[in-house]
Amino acid sequence: MGLRGEAAIVGYTERAATKRPTGPLESTLEQWARLAAATLADAGLPATEVDGICTGHLQEVGIFAPSTIAEYLGMKVNFAEMVDLGGASAAAMVWRAAAAIELGLCKAVLCVLPGTPLTPFSEKKPPQVNDSLHFGGSSNRYGSPQAEFEIPYGTLGQNGPYARVATLYSATYGYDERAMAKIAADQRVNANHHPGAIFHDVPITVEDVINSPVIVSPLHMLEIVMPVMGGAGVLVTNADLARRSPNRPVWVKGFGERVNCKMVMYAENALQTPMIQAAPSAFSMAGLSPADMDMVSIYDCYTITALLSLEDAGFCEKGAGLKFVAEHDLTFRGDFPMNTAGGQLGYGQAGFAGGMHHVCDASRQIMGRAGATQVTDCNRAFVSGNGGVLAEQTTLVLEGD
Amino acid sequence: MGEFSRPMPVPTPISQPFWDALAEHTIRIQYSPSAQRYVFYPRILAPGTLADDLEWRQISGAAALYSYTVAHRPVAPHFADAVPHIIAVAQWDEGPRFATEIVNADPAELRVGMRIQPVFVDVPEEGITLLRYEPA
Repeated sequence: MGLRGEAAIVGYTERAATKRPTGPLESTLEQWARLAAATLADAGLPATEVDGICTGHLQEVGIFAPSTIAEYLGMKVNFAEMVDLGGASAAAMVWRAAAAIELGLCKAVLCVLPGTPLTPFSEKKPPQVNDSLHFGGSSNRYGSPQAEFEIPYGTLGQNGPYARVATLYSATYGYDERAMAKIAADQRVNANHHPGAIFHDVPITVEDVINSPVIVSPLHMLEIVMPVMGGAGVLVTNADLARRSPNRPVWVKGFGERVNCKMVMYAENALQTPMIQAAPSAFSMAGLSPADMDMVSIYDCYTITALLSLEDAGFCEKGAGLKFVAEHDLTFRGDFPMNTAGGQLGYGQAGFAGGMHHVCDASRQIMGRAGATQVTDCNRAFVSGNGGVLAEQTTLVLEGD
Repeated sequence: MGEFSRPMPVPTPISQPFWDALAEHTIRIQYSPSAQRYVFYPRILAPGTLADDLEWRQISGAAALYSYTVAHRPVAPHFADAVPHIIAVAQWDEGPRFATEIVNADPAELRVGMRIQPVFVDVPEEGITLLRYEPA
């Protein structure tokens, strides 16, 4: 079961993170087009080769997103996929693209996630603003379990639910506030060396993290991603096209996907994340192990997310994650290079494009294009995605030639 | 409360018995005899097996504190008056978990696993009774 490793990421684009849009506002459909063009330019391949697309939601259309994109871009595709897995979408898109390519359905699949939610506005067609703006990933619509059983008590969005997992972790395995803070501090070092990161010019220390305000106990402000404007995409192609690209192909050797629930509190054990299934799937498919990875790009909306993912993906023993973090240098120059472009904690989170940050991070490293943060002789990478509240997770094992 | 009043639950035909019970200051949740397990939140078929045998049973409401967080910033403008806000998950002795808030407690006294008990909060203007918890 699994991929043969015959599809590759051959180009990527990741917009620099900004607090506000830097130019004229563009619709998410327009952003899609620009990101697609930039991704193809990076791959050195023409738009006419594209015969598959993977997308997430568009703000302008409720349904028929893939066909609207195909029409807008003027592309006729054999694979038109809409992925709705939150922060796990990006890695999910890459494996779906690779699978479609290996099935012979298509030869080049664009996977794009616009990440600038501020779009043009017309008073003649005002945006459908509703209170979901305040409730993050929790739906307050009638009939939604979240609307009826979670939101009324303040269980909504992300901060509180993730913090509760951190509380449970602390009670179960013990806690080391400094080690948790070190996840954010090490990644900030990477961000300080990566252009485009929102915190490129702002170094922090472990003390800075601990001294930042507690937003939802035990999580401090600097353990929580900052929303930014951005957007990202990758092009996945078959081997023939990969050989035509000037970039070193990043072969998709393995993947995993596991969806247990939407809210981790409904899992049998909130500390047993879907990564426990999703990571071994990717490693066994690739015939590789965690120890074979030259770098990892771990979804990090919060420090607790990164911690649990490291444990459940098998990079350390369950419950020993904080010790692992304390004993290893997670920076690009360290013994366990992780989130070498800053992670989302250092780069900023451009909505669901935040998941694509990790795909781009790993691709950049394997292609040897990571500049100041380049990990020496980087050939193999592990990527994780995470959606909901530790509820849906996806993984990739990527390898260079 | 101003522009942002607290979002209130709106029962559905399937969930109505749960809310009716809370109005009587009792707790009734679903049980699947074939799966031999209690179920929450209310559903039309049993999760896991999809058995069409869900029945309502009264439970005591006695629970353990599965986990919690203290929000020092409002989780949404609707909860601006709630901080510090103890957002919690209760685990009923019958098994299912329930999202709730802890009231009548000093955050410093909270411990994962501690016993907690129901606090029924009538909201007459909404025709709803909320189920909060406090240390037992």
